[in-house]
Amino acid sequence: MESVSIGKSISELHELLVHKDISSTELTKAYIKRIQSVDPTLQAYLTVLEEGALAQAAEVDQKIAQGQALKPLEGIPMALKDNMCTEGIRTSCASKMLDKFVPPYNATVTERLRAAGTILLGKLNMDEFAMGSSTENSYFAKTRNPWNLECVPGGSSGGSAVAVAGDEAAFTLGSDTGGSIRQPAAFCGVVGMKPTYGAVSRLGLIAFASSLDQIGPFTKTVKDNALVMNAIAGYDPQDSTSVPYETPDYTKFLVNDIKGLKIGIPREYFGEGIEPEVAKGIQAGIQTLIDLGAEVGECSLPHTEYAIPAYYLIATAEASSNLARYDGVRYGYRADSNDVLGMFKKTRAEGFGQEVKRRIMLGTYALSSGYYDAYYLKAQKVRTLIKQDFDKAFETFDVLLSPTAPTPAFKFGEKSADPLAMYLSDITTVPINLAGIPAISVPAGFVNGLPIGMQLMGKAFGEGSLYRIAYTFEQNTNYHTLKPNLSGEVLTGGSR
Amino acid sequence: MVVANKYEMVCGLEVHVELQTKTKIFCGCTTEFGGEQNTHVCPVCLGMPGALPVLNREVVNYAIKAGLALNCEIAEFSKFDRKNYFYPDLSKNYQTSQFDLPICGKGGLEIEVDGEKKWIGITRAHMEEDAGKLVHSGETITTSNASSVDYNRAGVPLLEIVSEPDMRSIPEVLAYLEKLVQILEYTEVSDCRMEQGSVRFDINVSLRPIGSTDLGIRTETKNLNSFSSVRRCMEYEVARQARVLDAGEKVVQETRTWDEGQGVTLTLRSKEEAHDYRYFPEPDLAPLVIDREWVEGIRKTLPELPDARRARLQELGLSAYDAGVITQSKALSDYFDAALSHYGDAKTLANWVMGDVTRLLNSNQCGVVDSPISATQLAELLGLIEKGTISGKIAKSVLEEMYSTSKDASTIVKEKGLAQISDEGALLGIIDEVIAKNPQSVEDYRAGKDRAIGFLVGQIMKATKGQANPGLVNKLLKEKLA
Repeated sequence: MESVSIGKSISELHELLVHKDISSTELTKAYIKRIQSVDPTLQAYLTVLEEGALAQAAEVDQKIAQGQALKPLEGIPMALKDNMCTEGIRTSCASKMLDKFVPPYNATVTERLRAAGTILLGKLNMDEFAMGSSTENSYFAKTRNPWNLECVPGGSSGGSAVAVAGDEAAFTLGSDTGGSIRQPAAFCGVVGMKPTYGAVSRLGLIAFASSLDQIGPFTKTVKDNALVMNAIAGYDPQDSTSVPYETPDYTKFLVNDIKGLKIGIPREYFGEGIEPEVAKGIQAGIQTLIDLGAEVGECSLPHTEYAIPAYYLIATAEASSNLARYDGVRYGYRADSNDVLGMFKKTRAEGFGQEVKRRIMLGTYALSSGYYDAYYLKAQKVRTLIKQDFDKAFETFDVLLSPTAPTPAFKFGEKSADPLAMYLSDITTVPINLAGIPAISVPAGFVNGLPIGMQLMGKAFGEGSLYRIAYTFEQNTNYHTLKPNLSGEVLTGGSR
Repeated sequence: MVVANKYEMVCGLEVHVELQTKTKIFCGCTTEFGGEQNTHVCPVCLGMPGALPVLNREVVNYAIKAGLALNCEIAEFSKFDRKNYFYPDLSKNYQTSQFDLPICGKGGLEIEVDGEKKWIGITRAHMEEDAGKLVHSGETITTSNASSVDYNRAGVPLLEIVSEPDMRSIPEVLAYLEKLVQILEYTEVSDCRMEQGSVRFDINVSLRPIGSTDLGIRTETKNLNSFSSVRRCMEYEVARQARVLDAGEKVVQETRTWDEGQGVTLTLRSKEEAHDYRYFPEPDLAPLVIDREWVEGIRKTLPELPDARRARLQELGLSAYDAGVITQSKALSDYFDAALSHYGDAKTLANWVMGDVTRLLNSNQCGVVDSPISATQLAELLGLIEKGTISGKIAKSVLEEMYSTSKDASTIVKEKGLAQISDEGALLGIIDEVIAKNPQSVEDYRAGKDRAIGFLVGQIMKATKGQANPGLVNKLLKEKLA
């Protein structure tokens, strides 16, 4: 039972637990065994919490033994991106700076998932401080794409995507500042949701860019995604940017029917840089939706071309300030020096990786006296225009649709030498963060054996419409049922 | 102020005042002063990864209240910004402050120097968080080989009040500061305990040739924490700038620091070394929308401010000087008003409050709020004088007794039998006795030596241990001798 359980969806696992076909302990052990088997190759995990996970599972099993009702996520093994604070458990942000940092408190999502009865298997690899699109910027490890071990898993939540795609967790959480959930979800063939800004509390999420960061779930199915959202979304008075709104039961939107829904296709998202094969795959997906009764029309988001520069000014400006606290005084890495200024400089020079330093410098420059108006302020104005583009499109359409990423997963090293090329690959995802709206990536086919993702974008707090279309699409396609060919024998040959 | 017969001084001030909320501006930690190092802290004020600020609404209430008391416009839309600079006492290496949209806009207050009234403009006032404190090991900072940081103060709410460069002399500066602190105390937004650093002053000062309307090059001296330091610092700095100008040189625009021990200002950083704070809107906090109802609600809680109180006391017959002394501190003024509600003669009350009561409190180093003699008790004592139950002289000793025992005046008078003798029969007997014993004085009086009656009255008072009603004694004695 154990070996066949992993890889199932949350709702399937829930049924198995309820009917006592498997215990949470058995399930947790199966996942730990799977991690031990495949993670030396995939390297999704930075920390595995075998003991803690089994202790949590035992508690759930006790509840089952007592005949208590199980909540939808109770007893389900999951893992968190390593930028979400976990009390007493190292939270490194995949940085040397926080290599030994153990937070004294839990992120709100950590608390909520604990309250939901989930089992925390461990913490997942990422680009250092969530800065990157390939997870190559991790200080610790290179996470591999399960569909092709020569390829990156995407980023920055690469570990979160791979853990779900490689059956190393039933679900995971990632964070998305400019595509960091959706792009790796697309690259790894799983479902990834970037909720509306303010829908999920950021308390305890180690900030990259405060006005853009959002936490969201990686799952195998759309239904699972809605189930996890039910557990993590909702107002948190401890996060001033969290929006007080009544969270719906997201599973209520899971109907296999999209007749009459209006879907807009922004032409700018199919332009230069989009690989023709990817565009073709998405066109096929659009046809499927048309066949299912959706009304599809073209639309325009005219300021899209300015999204990348605006994003890389705003995100880096906020990051330069957010990351100032890492100075060696209170926690984290500290370099020795004879004076305070020397300690600051050496600590930051040695503790941060190249990409992080590059972005801190960019952001510091953008905020500097004399440049603020030309860069930061202008970027904010562009942000407003991009928001207005979406508002306008949503006057006509319920949801917008595009490829999640311009290409499928690329090879290690292919773009890491050219930061600008890496930044440009975010073109289909960053406008969504600038606008603060929700977007989901669902598996939509394969190009050269690598998954591609279809991105659906909705109005603020319109996650329900996204789930409805994504669910209908999923029910009428089989991409989500396909698994990468990962067997223990093959994998042991992989080099670390 | 004319400096060295050539220059006029121009001064503007930035005053940082700690708001006396119970908890910090962005977290639930206590704002209590002192405490063992790093015990009033949490992930938010320690700047831990992932921590987020939540604005304490009470801080906004206090800022609005202070703004109203200082005649400031209260912004309808205000926001927080990050002021970025690296310093170990700043836990996030940025200070959450307000840059271009402060909560309080233009305002001002009136000062009076040598009978001349003058309006000093306030440019703005904004909310921000305080930083922690560096604690240096060893005897002095120069011999110290290690420093630790205490973040207990980090996140204590501050209001920074920026004045216009309207002050032209040191007495004007001091009058402005005294008035400002007085208003802040009256509104109870701050305890203004300068010895605990809850008010700090930055001085911007420059000189210009008399008659010139251009501003000279200024220096900013930071972080003074008493009026006497401000006075000494300014005396030094103004003289220094005058010497620089006299020598035909230019004042260097820079930030300076006041060395209390040496009594000098020293360069802290030059203009070239000035921080680029890279202000930008705080993305972790929503902008603040302040509706008029909120402001009007707070306006209703404003107490009678010092100027209004002084005017009221003058209408009751107090001199401008006395009214000023009484209203100097809110505590004394409140005490006076409380007594006044039980005893109507404001002038007599003022004399007692400013005289014997203040002297007793001062000699015991006791604040008026902790006075063992309540305002009601003082009023009762004065009532006894008015009714003729005791004399003013006896009252002074009763007051001292009240101070040490906290008993009511009437109780003390009763217990000690101090009531004045106003019974004519009893007094006449004593008068007869005294007349009989002092024939020479009686003769002198009858011979027209008016002074002799004073001696006789004195003898009667002596015989009654001071309890005889002096007015009545005078009257009866004169009748006897007539």
